[in-house]
Amino acid sequence: MFTLTAILVDGTIYASWLFIVAAGLTLVYGVMRILNLAHGSLYAVGAYTAASAITWYLSAGHAPAGSYLVLLAAALAAGTVTGLLIERGVLRLMYGRDEVVMILVTYAVLLILEDVIKLIWGVESYSAYQPYQLLGRLQFGPMTFANYDLALIAVAAAVAIAMWWTLNRTRRGKLLLVVIHDREMSAALGIDVTRVFVVTFLIGGVLGAAAGALTAPVVSVVPGIGVEVIVLAFAVVVIGGLGSVQGALVGSLIVGIARAAAVHLLPEVELFVIYGVMCLVLAVRPAGLFARPAARKI
Amino acid sequence: MRTDPGTRGFLIAAAVLLAAGPFLPKWLSYIATISLGYALVVAGVVLLMRAGLVSFGQGLYFCLGGYAVGAAGKYWNLGDAFVLLAAAVAVSVAVAALLGLLLARYREIFFAMFTMAFSMILYGLLSKSQALGSTDGFNVSHATFLGYAPVALQGWLYAAAVVLSMAVAIALQRYLRSGMGYAGDAIRENEIRVEYLGISVYRVVYLKYLVAAGLGGLGGGLAALASGHVGPDMAYWTTSGEFVFVALLGGTQHIAAAFAASFLFELIKTYAFELSPYTWQMMLGVVLLAIILFLPSGLWSLVARGREALR
Repeated sequence: MFTLTAILVDGTIYASWLFIVAAGLTLVYGVMRILNLAHGSLYAVGAYTAASAITWYLSAGHAPAGSYLVLLAAALAAGTVTGLLIERGVLRLMYGRDEVVMILVTYAVLLILEDVIKLIWGVESYSAYQPYQLLGRLQFGPMTFANYDLALIAVAAAVAIAMWWTLNRTRRGKLLLVVIHDREMSAALGIDVTRVFVVTFLIGGVLGAAAGALTAPVVSVVPGIGVEVIVLAFAVVVIGGLGSVQGALVGSLIVGIARAAAVHLLPEVELFVIYGVMCLVLAVRPAGLFARPAARKI
Repeated sequence: MRTDPGTRGFLIAAAVLLAAGPFLPKWLSYIATISLGYALVVAGVVLLMRAGLVSFGQGLYFCLGGYAVGAAGKYWNLGDAFVLLAAAVAVSVAVAALLGLLLARYREIFFAMFTMAFSMILYGLLSKSQALGSTDGFNVSHATFLGYAPVALQGWLYAAAVVLSMAVAIALQRYLRSGMGYAGDAIRENEIRVEYLGISVYRVVYLKYLVAAGLGGLGGGLAALASGHVGPDMAYWTTSGEFVFVALLGGTQHIAAAFAASFLFELIKTYAFELSPYTWQMMLGVVLLAIILFLPSGLWSLVARGREALR
């Protein structure tokens, strides 16, 4: 019972973090048909920016409670700037190419940004643990949980609700769904697809950077964190079905709880479990849980 | 039997490389051996790419081959280089025979992601297994050649790598000119029409995946023997990314491109890594973007263009 509760809570915390990363990735794929490997770099840039911004803010002697605002501002700034650079600087030149080629393009961007990060922040590790400690811990029976981690669940839920609301209940969101459904037809009906692309990529970028920023207080930020996170986010997105936001939500819950179960019961198979689940799902539903079947073109 | 120009080229290359062997400085023959191993893996990537499939997980077989060589030497005291390499190929092909059943159903990004997932599974397993040195890997014992244990191991390895890889290259080049080889190009162009012609696309893709896996295992085995060390990083997805990079750098028209590009890559990597470790990946990324934008058929298209001009 004790282990089961721990698995469920840990799994949900992990899933919340995964969802914030994966939501941006899947949104960008759904609209632009780009499987963005550089999403990992956006995550890393977000984490570094947040860590240095919080350290700078606190060392200036401001109130510690403000560090959460600083964290969000850092995520917004990092995601917008990096996202604009990637979209306007590189991707714009490549639109219309094969999906596989676009993977390679974003792989190149990832390689470049990995080194840009090292040039800006160096190779030493950064940490900004204060926002994590500030919230304290919650005693729950024999277990303690960090309130920061529990707050992460709330943030992820807010992101999920906001995305659902925007996509299904607002005019702009519906236009986005239309573009996801059929890009050529929506362009023919007068939707400015290029603008939709830029906006989508920026939203995806901010989500990626936000996930990084939210992680910055929990872990020490070191080179290579973006590369690690991207393969996890892929597993989530592929399980749920590429381009589907509900899919990302369900996928992150599956992966989160599977991983937490592995960590508590059999730590040796931690990475194995994530991809094992992914292979299992894909073997049964080749395009993921929530993907619509594509028509074969002759 | 008529020797086609490709075969002749590889025979000449093998003769030149073997003759030059004793005169090469040690660092150069080391780089050459490693890059021959790399090139075999890249040749497998090229083979799949010609059928329109990008494998982001050839590191799986690179790593399996390397660990097969290392483990066979460590646990069963096998020392003969050719036996070890045969074991590397056998293990890789056996694993691919299983995974291929599933993978041959997938195309495009799904193929790319699925191959990557499998190699990450191996990475996860190896980096957690204490017996195989977890994240550090372990050292590979010195190889012998048909019972002979040479003092100057590296020269022998170099010669073995040249003979093996050139033989493989000739076989591959002939394969690409065979019916099965052209079926790959046809699948990239239009799969359904290939089915209408009565060819099983599934079987062609499955076979190509097996061949690519065998090449990956052989390359990994060679790299393990040459560097004397294996580690789980061989299966990390960035290693697989490097193979795709080199395949694109060379281009997919000719198998020789894979060898030329691998050598170039290893050479630049060695120097760039020493000169500026923090901008090395950035250079790779910029080159990759430049190739995709300006030279989508790779460096080999320059060679082909030069030949046209001479004609």
